[in-house]
Amino acid sequence: MSILVDWATRVMVQGITGHAGSFHARQMLACGTQVVAGVTPGKGGTVFQAEGEGWGAKVPVFDTAADAVHETGANASAIFVPAASAADAILEAADAGAPLVVCITEGIPALDVARAKHTIGPRGVRLIGPNCPGVMTPGQSKVGIIPASITAPGRVGVVSRSGTLTYEAIWQLTGLGLGQSTAVGIGGDAIVGSSFTDILELFERDDATDAVVLIGEIGGSAEEDAARFIRERMTKPVVAFIAGRHAPPGKRMGHAGAIVAGSAGTADEKIRVLREAGVTIAENPAKIGERVRDVL
Amino acid sequence: MYVHEYQARSILSSRGVNVPRGEVASTPARAAEAFDRLACGRAVVKAQVHAGGRGKAGGIVLVAGRREAEQAARRLLGSTLVTSQTGPRGRPVEKVLVAEALDIRAEYYLSVSLDRTRACPVLVASSRGGVDIEELGRTEPGAIVTEYGNPFTGVEPFQARKVFDALGLDGALMGPMTGLIRTLGAAFIDLDCSLIELNPLARCADGQLAAADVKMSFDDSAIARHPEIADLRDPSQEDPRETEAARHDLSYVGLDGQIGCMVNGAGLAMATMDLLALHGGEPANFLDVGGNATAEKVAAAFRLISRDERVRAILVNIFGGIVRCDLIAEGILTAVREIDLAVPLVVRLEGTRAEEGRAALADSGLRILAADSFDGAARQAVEAARP
Repeated sequence: MSILVDWATRVMVQGITGHAGSFHARQMLACGTQVVAGVTPGKGGTVFQAEGEGWGAKVPVFDTAADAVHETGANASAIFVPAASAADAILEAADAGAPLVVCITEGIPALDVARAKHTIGPRGVRLIGPNCPGVMTPGQSKVGIIPASITAPGRVGVVSRSGTLTYEAIWQLTGLGLGQSTAVGIGGDAIVGSSFTDILELFERDDATDAVVLIGEIGGSAEEDAARFIRERMTKPVVAFIAGRHAPPGKRMGHAGAIVAGSAGTADEKIRVLREAGVTIAENPAKIGERVRDVL
Repeated sequence: MYVHEYQARSILSSRGVNVPRGEVASTPARAAEAFDRLACGRAVVKAQVHAGGRGKAGGIVLVAGRREAEQAARRLLGSTLVTSQTGPRGRPVEKVLVAEALDIRAEYYLSVSLDRTRACPVLVASSRGGVDIEELGRTEPGAIVTEYGNPFTGVEPFQARKVFDALGLDGALMGPMTGLIRTLGAAFIDLDCSLIELNPLARCADGQLAAADVKMSFDDSAIARHPEIADLRDPSQEDPRETEAARHDLSYVGLDGQIGCMVNGAGLAMATMDLLALHGGEPANFLDVGGNATAEKVAAAFRLISRDERVRAILVNIFGGIVRCDLIAEGILTAVREIDLAVPLVVRLEGTRAEEGRAALADSGLRILAADSFDGAARQAVEAARP
């Protein structure tokens, strides 16, 4: 078991012929992911060729997501299309019947994401991202851009708003011999498809996960919502690091979502409520892995 | 992206929102002329800066004559206004708004912003205008009315009526108030706003509603499709280092410490600042070279950091997930040679091809402190920055 993606996940890559899409489609294939289709409007009927040491793959490219799902049975989408058309790509994937849509693209207008979320939510489609590194179950499947080389199969779940800080945490875990059940980057934007709470709920139910690392940051109230869920419903241990304790208020710290407005969204407040909910706080971002070892 | 009050007024006024008559002026003489043209007894001269808290900081002056208007403008123009929201460096005042002083009978608060959890615009209103709304939310949450709209049309008519009802306004204002609420909701959607705030919204002696102060900000990710909004950008209100960084597609926020930071990824960059502080150091900046850092971006980042005179040490923290550390090392070496770096440099490279990267730095003959861990790197940088 694991959450969201596993051996059976059949991935279509929207934007597979672009720079990022083609690079990461190869990376996904290289770690054993079933990439079954690509979507690039106007390039339907062509074949995306990927080769590496000891493996090779030919992925059919379709004009529409509907064709891709119909022809290949794709059940997850990884979106690498430019920001201006990424929300449309999310809607297209959902319309085609993909139950899991992972949007890697950064810089999509917030209201576009809000509209897409409201449209696909009632259909039961799960959106991860945008502006995220995606989802990976080490040794089974990767839908996104998390570097496979730093991961290892195991029993720690990871959920994060960040990209490279997630890699840092995964790398610390792997270095301590603590593999990961599934790692999920939910994205750094103000509006994202899935919240910490959504993913914690999945980890709580997952037989293959023993503990969860939550990596939050300043801005919004997703960590506070997560704290409420952890206090009321979570039985597995949670270790958290919250980035941005020393960020100045009112400034956008790289991520569109990382901004402290007034006293809302400060790291100190998030840490306080998480601690109250029984979460182990890693004060030092270099010791996230060690704190997980402590609670296991 | 923020705009000035006078610009926000003009955007809303063009959509039918009633704002007090006024003119923007960039010299004391123009301010005096503006006062004359208003032909009213009293006016307010308001410093135009991208920050709230102007009233308490002396940036809003009530004047009762041409001479007073001129004097107020002379005092404000060319000055630097420090408010509770600007940070210690303040913002330069290059323009003032001269607006008629209203005969206010009651003040309300009205705003539309984005609710992150529900992914929709949220309308916040209160019959206690002119206050710090967050403070009011803490002390008297019952005085605040909240209504969640939708990301397609903004606010539906029935929702506007609910808010009107909760504010307890006179029935004669039903039409104007619900119209105003719907206009704000529609503007929020049309213009990809992050915030529209009327504080206070005034009910005047003549019975009319007027937006006595207007604040608007916009979603940076959507600015490209609103060129008319993009044109309103005022670089004088931004940190020049941030403007320069944006040109190189770097994300930079200037701070007041001594340790320059260069990190790939926003979360890791914030964590690096936090770790420096944990070890007793103070970051000079937040700088994210991006998840896909290139040698060129690294070089540009170095030039930016090394121009900051407060910087006494530089910490580079790169986690090579997708990016290759050997390429980053190349960028670091190019930049260090080019700018003849005078302060200690601590580098931590981890991830893809980190060993090759570290070897390249070690073989360069340059004085670069190689750190073998995230924690060790922060400690070394704090140590190196000590006077």
